[in-house]
Amino acid sequence: MAVTPAGRAGEGDNVDGDALVTVDDLAVHFPITSGIVFRHTVGAVRAVDGVSLTVKRGETLGLVGESGCGKSTTGRAILQLIRPTRGRVLYEGTDLAHLRGRALRRQRRRMQMIFQDPYASLNSRMTVGDIVGEPLLVHRLRDRAGRHERVRELLQTVGINPNTQNRYPHEFSGGQRQRIGIARALAVEPNFIVCDEPISALDVSIRAQIINLLQALQREFGLTYLFIAHDLSVVRHISDRVAVMYLGRVVELAANAGLYGEPLHPYTQALLSAVPIPDPEAEERRRAVVLQGDVPSPADPPPGCHFHTRCPAMRKGLCDREDPALREARPGHSVACHLVTESDYPRIRAGEDDLAEVAG
Amino acid sequence: MTGSFAAGGPPDTGAPPDRPGAGDGGYSAADEAMARAAAAGWSPDAIQIEHRSTWQDVWQRFRRDKFAVVGAVLILLLIAMAVFAPWIAPHDPTMQYEDGITMQGQPVGPSAKFLLGTDPLGRDLLSRIIYGARVSLVIGVLANGFALVLGVVFGLAAGYFRGGIETFLMRATDVMMAFPIYLLAIALVSVLKPSIWILILVIGIVYWTPMTRVIHGEVLSIREKEFVDAARLTGCSNARVLFRHILPHLVAVVIVYTSLGIATTILFESTLSYIGLGVQPPTPSWGQMISEGQSYYLSAPHLVIYPGLAIMITVLAFNLVGDGLRDAFDPQQRRR
Repeated sequence: MAVTPAGRAGEGDNVDGDALVTVDDLAVHFPITSGIVFRHTVGAVRAVDGVSLTVKRGETLGLVGESGCGKSTTGRAILQLIRPTRGRVLYEGTDLAHLRGRALRRQRRRMQMIFQDPYASLNSRMTVGDIVGEPLLVHRLRDRAGRHERVRELLQTVGINPNTQNRYPHEFSGGQRQRIGIARALAVEPNFIVCDEPISALDVSIRAQIINLLQALQREFGLTYLFIAHDLSVVRHISDRVAVMYLGRVVELAANAGLYGEPLHPYTQALLSAVPIPDPEAEERRRAVVLQGDVPSPADPPPGCHFHTRCPAMRKGLCDREDPALREARPGHSVACHLVTESDYPRIRAGEDDLAEVAG
Repeated sequence: MTGSFAAGGPPDTGAPPDRPGAGDGGYSAADEAMARAAAAGWSPDAIQIEHRSTWQDVWQRFRRDKFAVVGAVLILLLIAMAVFAPWIAPHDPTMQYEDGITMQGQPVGPSAKFLLGTDPLGRDLLSRIIYGARVSLVIGVLANGFALVLGVVFGLAAGYFRGGIETFLMRATDVMMAFPIYLLAIALVSVLKPSIWILILVIGIVYWTPMTRVIHGEVLSIREKEFVDAARLTGCSNARVLFRHILPHLVAVVIVYTSLGIATTILFESTLSYIGLGVQPPTPSWGQMISEGQSYYLSAPHLVIYPGLAIMITVLAFNLVGDGLRDAFDPQQRRR
C-alpha cells in the first residue's frame, strides 16, 4: 500500500517542539496465513494503517473510535508490545520501532500502560507486593528493603492499604485491582502512560474514582497520557486533545473544544450525534446522524477514503479514489476529508445545530 | 505428590464438607466474614476475609472426592511398601527355596510359609510382588519426570517463541505421535542393553509428546493474557516472563497430567518387562512375573493373578488421583 501523505500532517502539531511521543505513519498489519507446513501469507488485516500523531509533554491525548478501529493496537504498537509493520515511534527523538532486547527494555522505564481488564492484567500467582515491586527489581532500582518501602508508598499513592502487600489479586475488587495496576505502572516513574480503556471494565460507580485518580497523578507527577476509550464523554472530560480513528486511520485530531464544538469529519459528526443528551427535551428535538451499513473489514479496506462507503456526503470519483491526507483545516484542528475545504462543505454537516447542543 | 498435599494441607476451616452452597470455599468464607462484619456493625476494616490460597482451595475440593482420597491412600501404601520392602517382605525375593517347589517341579500354592505361594523357581511370590513395587514406582516417577522435563521445555519454547521453533517442534510431535510407540520402544531397547535406566530413558523419549502438546496449548492461551504484556512492559526479560509469569500457571496442568502419566508409564513398563525387554531377572518386576508365570496359568493361576492385581491397583490409584486433581484444580468444570 502506498504511503499516504498523512505522515506529514502530524508535523503541524509538532512545531512547538513540545512533542514527547511522535508517531509517524505507523502501521500494524496482521498477516492472514494459509497452509500448515508451507505457510504463506494470503493477505493482511490492516488493524492500523498509517497513523500519525504527536503527544505533547504533559497533555492527555484522547484516542476514540468504535471497537475494531485499531485504537488499542495503536497504543500497543507505540509501546512496542506489538511490533509495527511500518512507521516510526519517536520517544524524545529515539525511534522505538528499531530497538531490540536490552536497549528496548531500558526505554520501558519511561513509558507504561494501564490495562483494560483488571482481572487479566494482574498475575494471579503473585502477591500484590511482588506485582508492584517487580518493575523495581527488574530495573534494579532499589534493594530489598527499599523496594518494600517504595511499594508501600506506591500503594498509598493509589489509595490501597499498604499493609496488603502479601495478598493475592483475587482478594481485591475490580476497582482496587485497577489501582494496583496503576501502582505497578507508576513504579518505574514513567513520563508517558498509555491508558487502554482503563475504566470500561469497571462498575459505573467506580469509574469516576479511577478517572479522578488518574488526573490527580497526572498533576502530581507531570504525566503524559494517551487515553484510549470509546466513551466520548469520558474522553472529553479527561483529554486536552482528541484523535478520532476509523478503520485503522486517524480521521480527525483537534483540541477538545474544537472537536466537540465543531466536528469537521462526517464520521466524527455521526459519532458525536450518537452521544445521548441528559435532557429529554433536547434529546427529542435533535436528529441523530445514523450511518448506513457496517464498518468494512480491515482485511479488505475500501480504496480511497476508508469512510466513503458510509459517508452521507461521498463524492464519486474523488472519495473512492484518493486517500485524504490529515490536513490542518483550522489552527490546531486537523481532519482527513476531501470535502472539508470545499466551498459547499456545510452541506455535509448534518444535524449541526444539534451537535452544538451535544457540545453544550 | 499426594504426600506433599497431605503435609501442606491447611487445618480444617470448620465448614462441613457437603454443606449445600459451599461450592467454592473462597466465597463462602467471604460471605461468612461479611455476615460477621454486618452483625458487628459495618465498617470496612471489620471485614477480615479469610486468607486462603489456591492450594488450600484445591485441597478442600480434593479431600471431598472419595475416590481420589482412596487412590491417594493406596499410593501412600504403595510407596511405603516400596520403601520398607526389606522389612515388610517375609522372604528374600531372589531366594529359591527347596520347599518352594513340589517333587514334580511345580510351584506350590498358598501356605503358612508362602502366603501367596511360590513361583516356578521356588521364590516367594508375596516378597517378589512387594519388591516389584520398587521397580514400578521408580520407573513410573523417573520416566515420567523425564518426559515431563522434555514436554515442558519443548511446550514452553514452541508456545512462547512461536515461529520456526514452534513449527519444527509441533510437527516433530505429530511425527512422533504417528509412530507406533511400542515398536519404537522395542527397537530402542533391543539396540541398547535393557536396564532400568535405559528403560527410563526410552519411556521418556516415547512419552514426551502428549505433555508437549498440552503445555504448548496452555502457553498459547496464557501468553495472550494482559499480565504477560504487563510483565514485558515492566522490562522483564523473556526468561523472567517464562519462568516467573507463565510457568506458575502451568503447575496445575503439569500435576494432573503427571499423575495420569505415571499410570500409563507403569503399564508400559509392565508390557516391556512382559515381552522380556524391560527389567532383567532376577530383579522382580510385575510384568516380568506375569510373563514367567503364564505357562502355569492352569495349575498355578496365582502366578498371573496377583502380579496382575498389583498392576491394576497401582494404575487405578494413580488414575483416581489424577482425575481427582483435575476436578479439584478446575472448579468450573466440576461434575457435582
